[in-house]
Amino acid sequence: MAVYSTNEFKAGLKVMLDNDPCAIIENEFVKPGKGQAFNRVKIRNLKTGRVIERTFKSGESLESADVVDVEMQYLYNDGEFRHFMVQDTFEQYQAEAKIVGDAALWLKDQDFCFVTLWNDAPLAVTPSNFVELEIVETDPGVRGDTSGGGGKPAKLTTGAVVRVPLFVQIGEVIKVDTRTGEYISRVKD
Amino acid sequence: MRYDWQPSCSLEALHLRARLLHDIRAFFQARSVLEVETPLLCHSTGTDPQLAFFSTDFHSLPHRQALFLQTSPEFAMKRLLAAGSGSIYQICKAFRNGEVGRFHNPEFTLLEWYRVGFTLQALMDEVADLFAELFKGQGLQATQRLSYQSVFRQYTGLDPLQFCYGDYCTYALASGLPEAVTLCGDDHLLWLDMLFSHKIQPFLGANALCMVYGYPACQPSLAKVSADNPLTVERVELFINGIELGNGYYELTDATEQASRFNKEIRQRQEQKLPAVIEDGRLLAALAAGLPECAGIAIGLDRLLMLLGAATTIGDTLSFPVDRA
Repeated sequence: MAVYSTNEFKAGLKVMLDNDPCAIIENEFVKPGKGQAFNRVKIRNLKTGRVIERTFKSGESLESADVVDVEMQYLYNDGEFRHFMVQDTFEQYQAEAKIVGDAALWLKDQDFCFVTLWNDAPLAVTPSNFVELEIVETDPGVRGDTSGGGGKPAKLTTGAVVRVPLFVQIGEVIKVDTRTGEYISRVKD
Repeated sequence: MRYDWQPSCSLEALHLRARLLHDIRAFFQARSVLEVETPLLCHSTGTDPQLAFFSTDFHSLPHRQALFLQTSPEFAMKRLLAAGSGSIYQICKAFRNGEVGRFHNPEFTLLEWYRVGFTLQALMDEVADLFAELFKGQGLQATQRLSYQSVFRQYTGLDPLQFCYGDYCTYALASGLPEAVTLCGDDHLLWLDMLFSHKIQPFLGANALCMVYGYPACQPSLAKVSADNPLTVERVELFINGIELGNGYYELTDATEQASRFNKEIRQRQEQKLPAVIEDGRLLAALAAGLPECAGIAIGLDRLLMLLGAATTIGDTLSFPVDRA
């Protein structure tokens, strides 16, 4: 297993800390003119998503974490697990709700997403930045209103609720930014 | 390959640096302090285990020998003082291996000066005068002078001069720094470095020059032990907006004491398997011949420029930091 020293720590590096896989966000070198050098590291626990700060003596090292983001197609939900497949190899993975987390709000059958694998097991799921989903529930809007001002809640096939302009109707497909949960536009057939 | 040939600092920053150098020289000229130059490339270097040096091969046939890029001009300047130079200052480069970050570049510019006959308090007065001059019109608040012990107590409630393992651990666990317990163990000096740099330094000198003096005796460096308290040394550090700017001493003049501190650090280097160095025999000989009573201080000019130019990284003040040098 590869080992990284504090001077190799940089944003995005995946390492093991307290037996959990983590991603380094920021690494600041702290050194008094006369005295011990430290590295103050901001780090995200990839299992819990929590961000913590941890100080290391410069020169200390951490084991690398076998963590990769793989693009996969979301297949289906069997009630307990969601199933994913790598297009090139047809290799399949299944992930429980705890791991899929909020990504479930944006996963439509056959859509592509990123699955983070740790030691070849799903650790987290990240939807595409933009997804297209159908509206299944919303108040009838005022016809002719195209201003986009105001807006109303709309429920999508996946269960997500998004604020949409008044003119958008049930049955229409809309494009949503999954990072902010914001409506982008209607999608024309 | 695309070369990043352009300077990392703005052209204004070049002017700011030129003006700073001019202002410093004018300040010392008005006080009759002599500007000197000493070698960057030396036969010996500091023994401080916390400072990593650069060394290089000198080819002078038939011999080859290692020369060191100096981590500080201190030893050479003290030899000038012992030779009777009187008060001197120098603006030069210093080199510290492995130090790179937002506030560090392995090659950096130092202002270092020595005042013959000055106490540490008198030197601190002069530092305050210099900063008043350099920061004129920048609205710097009144200078603060705090003892290490008082500032340590203020921010952590701990006594830095008496190591109480239980109290230190309790504080670390309660203040979001639990890793200190395993990292520092029973090493008092390491605890002080970690707590000071994480829990105290960031808050020192909010828009003001803050001078912290009376460092614990376990961090003596090249300072005299305080006459009135054997637990502290006559050492001062400067901070503005949490940035460490300088380090000064009422200088150790005793050759025997200096030799014993060298030996202690050389032993620490061996224990930590760090590159070996030998003591600077020429400095010891100069001290034996007689270093006049004096106080001296070194100030990092690149960091000073960060403050004067409101820069966020040291690279904003350097023409070419190490990654594009």
